[in-house]
Amino acid sequence: MARITAGVFTSHVPAIGAALDLGKSGEAYWQPVFQGYEPSKAWLREHMPDVIFLVYNDHATAFSLDFVPTFAIGCAEQFKPADEGWGARPVPVVQGHPQLATHIAQSVIQDDFDLTVVNKMDVDHGLTVPMSLMFGQPDAWPCRVIPLAVNVVLYPPPSGRRCYALGKAIRKAVESYDEDLNVHVWGTGGMSHQLHGPRAGLINKEWDTAFLDRIVNDPEGLAQVPHVEYMREAGAEGIELVMWLVARGATSGVPQRVVHRFYHVPASNTAVGHLILENGPGAGAPR
Amino acid sequence: MSIDKPYTDMPGTTVFDTDQMRKGYWLNQFCVSLMKAENRERFKANERAYLDEWQMSEEQKQAVLARDLNRCVELGGNIYFLARIGATDGRSFQYMAASMSGMTQDEYAKMMREGGRSPEGNRSTDEKKPRG
Repeated sequence: MARITAGVFTSHVPAIGAALDLGKSGEAYWQPVFQGYEPSKAWLREHMPDVIFLVYNDHATAFSLDFVPTFAIGCAEQFKPADEGWGARPVPVVQGHPQLATHIAQSVIQDDFDLTVVNKMDVDHGLTVPMSLMFGQPDAWPCRVIPLAVNVVLYPPPSGRRCYALGKAIRKAVESYDEDLNVHVWGTGGMSHQLHGPRAGLINKEWDTAFLDRIVNDPEGLAQVPHVEYMREAGAEGIELVMWLVARGATSGVPQRVVHRFYHVPASNTAVGHLILENGPGAGAPR
Repeated sequence: MSIDKPYTDMPGTTVFDTDQMRKGYWLNQFCVSLMKAENRERFKANERAYLDEWQMSEEQKQAVLARDLNRCVELGGNIYFLARIGATDGRSFQYMAASMSGMTQDEYAKMMREGGRSPEGNRSTDEKKPRG
């Protein structure tokens, strides 16, 4: 039986990818960010999954305004790194897991979550920056990835409540897959940031810190927070944080241990937040 | 009955909702076209001629030519789409964000290193209003 063993939560700031790709990761500005992920990389080497179910958002890359799916699951064999206007990132092609992806799609759609099935999709920094942060710069990614693209560009995105419930349905789907696979669920985006308008540059450390506490200890309560609070407190683009609730829903139901927690301001325009949870006794409020 | 929009009182913020989407469809789709290297070259060679290929309003075209991103947002542009214009110009996201907040990139970068723009006084145009 496939099983979810860990949840990884992280920002996916594009400038972090650019810093790595341009060889700037050793610079004083970037060192604190990459240092914050060193324990994560060490942990991941010891806890390598077969498949990562990676929740992220497309930033007007694969999906223009022609199609705006709320939840889209990538069922392809491969996903190429996208050219977002600066040229494609020099990172490996992402290998999918079509069998598990289609199994999850079939399961959660029958569980009333109407996912869009995608068989061809390039992936942008939302997916590849977390991979780079956690794996560094290998010639090939060491495991397979199922992308779940969540709309957080066009308002309204799905509610936190809906994201959390979808995560639970994904867990059920994974656990009904016969092959013995170790699966991680990653939730990405955030933390506080605003990229547009005169309010650009907004950072709310206090709110972010409370979010990091609650996603561990009170995910059910956190899932009730309305969109407008995210936008008001964490910046309009901080709404990306609803995606963390998909990963938290998928890691609910069994006790979770906090492996690592990290927070840093700034990475370009954005507060970087990061958390690793794994199955095991310790923190968390299992239900 | 109209749709409730509890987010219109945030200062310096335009939420990209479905009304903005309708206004900005062609502006944003023009931006999407800049993800292809050959289109970036064509745009750079003659910006006006390239813009005239799109069903954008004259105001939208002028805002793009002036690189007035705040005006582009007002006219229905979304920042993730508009970023393609900055990318075509070889600009970073931080440069674009600074330009919209009326600061130089150095001033903006300094603000970010010092912890970013405070939410205090920036949550609502009237902070006395109940929040959220």
